[in-house]
Amino acid sequence: MTKLVPVLSAHWDEKDSFTLEAYKRHGGYKASEKALAMDPDAVIQLVKDSGLRGRGGAGFPTGMKWGFIPQGDNKDHYLVVNADESEPGTCKDTPLLMANPHVLIEGCIIACHAIRAKHAFIYIRGEVTHVVRRVNQAIADAYAAGILGNGVDVVLHIGAGAYICGEETALLDSLEGFRGQPRLRPPFPAIAGLYARPTVVNNVESISSVPAIVLNGAEWYQSMGTEKSKGTTLYSLSGHVANPGQFEAPLGITLREILELSGGVRKGHKLKFWTPGGSSTPLFTDEHLDVPLDYEGVAAAGSMLGTKALQIFDETTCVVRAVLRWTEFYKHESCGKCTPCREGTWWLVQILRDLEAGKGTEADLAKLLDLCDNIMGRSFCALGDGATSPITSSIKYFRDEYIAHLTNGGCPFDPVASTLFVGAGA
Amino acid sequence: MAFSPEDLKIMDSIIKRYPRPRSAIMPLLHFVQSKAGYVTNEGIELIAEQLDLEAAEVTAVSTFYTQYKPSAIGEYHVGVCTNTLCAVMGGDAIFASLKDHLGIENDGVTDDGKVSLEHIECNAACDYAPVVMANWEFYDNQTVESAKELVDSMRAGSPKPPTRGPNKLVTWKEASAVLAGLNDGLANEGVQAGQPTLLGLKLSKEGK
Repeated sequence: MTKLVPVLSAHWDEKDSFTLEAYKRHGGYKASEKALAMDPDAVIQLVKDSGLRGRGGAGFPTGMKWGFIPQGDNKDHYLVVNADESEPGTCKDTPLLMANPHVLIEGCIIACHAIRAKHAFIYIRGEVTHVVRRVNQAIADAYAAGILGNGVDVVLHIGAGAYICGEETALLDSLEGFRGQPRLRPPFPAIAGLYARPTVVNNVESISSVPAIVLNGAEWYQSMGTEKSKGTTLYSLSGHVANPGQFEAPLGITLREILELSGGVRKGHKLKFWTPGGSSTPLFTDEHLDVPLDYEGVAAAGSMLGTKALQIFDETTCVVRAVLRWTEFYKHESCGKCTPCREGTWWLVQILRDLEAGKGTEADLAKLLDLCDNIMGRSFCALGDGATSPITSSIKYFRDEYIAHLTNGGCPFDPVASTLFVGAGA
Repeated sequence: MAFSPEDLKIMDSIIKRYPRPRSAIMPLLHFVQSKAGYVTNEGIELIAEQLDLEAAEVTAVSTFYTQYKPSAIGEYHVGVCTNTLCAVMGGDAIFASLKDHLGIENDGVTDDGKVSLEHIECNAACDYAPVVMANWEFYDNQTVESAKELVDSMRAGSPKPPTRGPNKLVTWKEASAVLAGLNDGLANEGVQAGQPTLLGLKLSKEGK
């Protein structure tokens, strides 16, 4: 049985955990002190050796990304932190920043030193007013204490409600003051990122993981996790479970283990389908309870670790309804830049609406898959690819349920049964 | 409404945060909303003037992002998450009942100007589902009844406080100022985390 290992979340239960005082009480800003005394290349090597990989979904090795920044080029370099947490099901960076914004600021200082940047930007989504307050206050307090402003400046940039800005090049366009639409790559941000300057874009959790690695060493981090997925990470459990929440564990823990220690699926019900890492990662079923939740394990089982957003749905949930709603989301959030995604997601919604209402035919399933085939890999960025995941995976595992909508002349499920307040008189 | 010399000074300080002025468009749009309640033509033109852009360029940005509102909304803007997980767990029922209770549709505003309603996408609080946001503050674990009570309290002029947020719900304009990056001094209010956020840590301390 894998044990929980709180590192990022170790002190979240202290009432003032978000303050500079509380952060310093637990050794805060000791890691940046240590890192600033090191050669920048040694810091990059340390992060490479730790095995830390991107926690925003893609799992790219963080140290390697830092190593791509050209040195001695006499250009400004930038660090941009992606705090635009918007992937459906994903809810780890938001509570992290609410409970401990200083760990991100310290991570920024270390990363800026490593990549020889003087400026870091934190791009946070705009729909979380209180988290914005907490991060802004932490930045102000760090300036007042002389922690920022002596070589590194951190600017908080607040978004305005566009999922696409979580895509790193769309985020950069947005940060430059344009509509948030993705850029053609290459050039990659490491060569021409913010203001066409070498830029590292990292997720909140990735950068926040760095201070502990600097303090405790690469070996310590390497000692946790699996062969190619090192360290601990935040797993976010939500949906039809007895006790939803954040669970920090070594990479490779399974959903069965997380359910066992947290109290399982909600009483009297059983697991039907779940996402391992947000709605853009292909659905899993109860066949996948023992898949190791690391980058390789989830990929080998046909999905992606993504953001480790474990959304659990029990047998009361109509998979067609769930998939239609996600598809409506992708259609709404498609930025419109490329045709396969802009037009494709629109057509996916039309067909799924008919299917859910029992008005389609079995040929529509083939059409859905054909559309997905023309979106996947042909879109400008990963939003289009992600839009196809719930559809193709749900048809793979629940084809009969789609057919049942047709034979039944509509949805055979009672939506009330899947609500939390069923039986509560609501 | 006219923007005061003091407002212009704040806008200038927002522009100075960035190496390049154009980056300030988004916080400036939030700032315009904090003054006018929505993105007015006057606000667009002012931003264009300050950044040496065409009004059309600023409009193009403003209309891309859903948080920038093209017309007046409520003093308390209520968003009900109807993305899949919240929808299934009760968000759809909450949204339907609020529309009925308030007598408005999606994007509608009550006649008294107090409450506007919007169905929103995933707001990164899935372990607190079903989630309702008001002026982008968290109202966790909502039911049909609690959501109705919330909007009633807004219309009565004494809105219930957020579950994870300041001690008192600020107005739409005040929240917009926070989103422009201005400090309202409320960061230290409210809990550091809710129970679901702390569950893994708690279980770990119990030896799990």
